[in-house]
Amino acid sequence: MNPTSPDAEPALLCRGLRKIYEAGRGSGRKRAGAVLALEGLDLAIVRGECFGLLGPNGSGKTTTVEMLEGLIEPTGGEVKLLGMDWAHDESRLRERMGVALQETRLPEKLTVEEVLTLFRSFYQRPRPLEALLADVQLEEKRRAWVVKLSGGQRQRLAIACALVAEPEILFLDEPTTGLDPQSRRQIWGLVAAYRARGGTVLLTTHYMEEAQRLCDRVAILDRGRLIRLGTPAELIAGMGAEHVVELELEAGIGALDEATLRNLPTVTDVHLSGEGVWALAAVEPERAVPALRTLLQERGQHLVRLGTRKATLEDVFVSLTGRALRDD
Amino acid sequence: MTESQRPRPVVQLTLMRLREMMREPGALFWTFGFPVLLSVALGIAFRVKGPEPVVVGALPGVTLQARDALASAGVQVRLLDEAAAQAALRSGQVAVLLVPPAQPGEPFTYRFDPVRPEARLGRATVDAILQKAAGRQDPLAVRDQEVQERGSRYIDFLIPGLLAMNLMSGSMWGIGWVIAEMRVRKLLKRLLAAPMRRRHLLFAFGLSRLVVIPFEIALILIFARLVFGVQVAGSYAALGLVGLAGSASFAAIAILVASRAQNTQTVSGLMNLVMLPMFVLSGVFFSSTHFPEVTRPFISALPLTAMCDGMRAVMIDGAGLAGTLPYLAVLAAWGVVSFVLGLRWFRWG
Ligand SMILES: Nc1ncnc2c1ncn2[C@@H]1O[C@H](COP(=O)(O)OP(=O)(O)OP(=O)(O)O)[C@@H](O)[C@H]1O
Ligand SMILES: [Mg+2]
Repeated sequence: MNPTSPDAEPALLCRGLRKIYEAGRGSGRKRAGAVLALEGLDLAIVRGECFGLLGPNGSGKTTTVEMLEGLIEPTGGEVKLLGMDWAHDESRLRERMGVALQETRLPEKLTVEEVLTLFRSFYQRPRPLEALLADVQLEEKRRAWVVKLSGGQRQRLAIACALVAEPEILFLDEPTTGLDPQSRRQIWGLVAAYRARGGTVLLTTHYMEEAQRLCDRVAILDRGRLIRLGTPAELIAGMGAEHVVELELEAGIGALDEATLRNLPTVTDVHLSGEGVWALAAVEPERAVPALRTLLQERGQHLVRLGTRKATLEDVFVSLTGRALRDD
Repeated sequence: MTESQRPRPVVQLTLMRLREMMREPGALFWTFGFPVLLSVALGIAFRVKGPEPVVVGALPGVTLQARDALASAGVQVRLLDEAAAQAALRSGQVAVLLVPPAQPGEPFTYRFDPVRPEARLGRATVDAILQKAAGRQDPLAVRDQEVQERGSRYIDFLIPGLLAMNLMSGSMWGIGWVIAEMRVRKLLKRLLAAPMRRRHLLFAFGLSRLVVIPFEIALILIFARLVFGVQVAGSYAALGLVGLAGSASFAAIAILVASRAQNTQTVSGLMNLVMLPMFVLSGVFFSSTHFPEVTRPFISALPLTAMCDGMRAVMIDGAGLAGTLPYLAVLAAWGVVSFVLGLRWFRWG
């Protein structure tokens, strides 16, 4: 993509990035309403990497990416993108990056082709229209109005707008939120193809599966703070156990307490993940489960459900914050 | 467009605005249909009627001869009994009541309310007819010359006002509201995330208006000409210039109004706040000279007043380019000040 720049130079670097949204603009009287959306984020993303920002609603993902994209003014900290900074190199940077915002509504009564032509007009060296349409598989919809596209097609068009000039770095803010599984896989395919051409990606999501599948490294944000950073495997390993035992007990009959469950062999972490549903992080479930059954027999309790699965980033998040990642 | 040729951003942005407008039936109606409908409705409501006939009442006993003389001179005569006659006189249904002489040889009586102008007019008319019928000779020879001043009808006054109002709303909604909507949709932010020049977007807004304005003006003028015979006394160039200057001025005001609005409700509220007082004060529908003398300088300084008066100067009084200069100056002042402030306060995100 840009063979002259050394691979060692990070595509994106930020230090101490902070954002406070002031509540009452103008007068400083309503200070109480100010929101600390991001406090002191340090990141370095290398070229060719796919980096994921993970976090629940309101954790500061959009605030972070829009500061990196030069669309919101940071309250503090510095950003270096492709070796340049926003204060001096805005127009050159814009030529070399691609952006899909969280929910942009493109002009509804323009056709797919017209929207792409509009975006192509902004760049010095746009890719051919046909190539763009082919990339996002919208050739058949080229003359359809944006308002007539499905959610997945609209999102693909938004990504095509970001890919108009073959950017060196691509920012995707929640590219698959609200989409059906098939559309989601199509978008994963687009990201993979772009990476195969050598592109660098920064995406945000609250789907852990998506992060695990697409990202080389992820940063987990919670309430404006970075709480973990690493490869998905590292983060799961960091939880101390790679398996999760989920059990659901018949309601109403004598409760099990956390301390008892924690004492089961190889169990490292215990969470109540629903009404009467426990999730145990276990290093060796084949030892933990028999011990659990014995315990339940002794107490005369009955299982409604018992299952074992591999730990996911979702479990990492729960074990770190005690909360689920998604409200929905 | 061929693949090798790079599309031009200003052209594409202008096309975006024009396409959005042409593909939105509502926008088309407000731009083209509404002013035409309004001119039809008001033109019919205030069309020029012939002079009202004089209506007089006659009590039993007024001679057939007298009644015939009045009727053949175009006066409507109603035969009424005493009670009905009193009621008709009180309510103004008859201007004058003819009361026959009680005894032969006594005078004829005109009963009327001298405070009412139409009653005094009725009395004079009836008297002249009856005296003439009785054989009176007028010693002085006179001749009537009836005139119909060109451009003096209500519709002649209305059309320039409607034209100005339509250009104002076109600029305000077509730019102010659209900017706020693009901001809400995050389209403004998305465009800025691409290497789009901000001035290109503003330029495209202006250009898209520039394309539509001639059609707006032509449609109303042609319609008014064909249906109401409204003429343009002065030069079309001067008219076009006032229209352009007014539209540009309101485009700048629209940018100012939309500079910070975070949603479309705010912007439509603000625009109504700007436009409604001017609909009333600037004399779109009725002459603003009815307002007290002290308010006159303030009203003349309003941009819509300048545009209305400028258009009337050209269409009715036949002003040329020079005659429109004072109006152009007012419009330019509003435009420049609003544009500078609007750009300073403008929030792209
Ligand atoms: N313009 C703004 N003014 C004030 N507060 C804001 C503004 N934008 C965001 N916030 C607040 O900042 C915090 C972070 O918001 P942000 O949009 O970055 O979260 P997010 O992680 O992208 O959430 P989501 O998953 O819902 O998109 C939230 O508490 C939000 O309410
Ligand atoms: Mg977000």
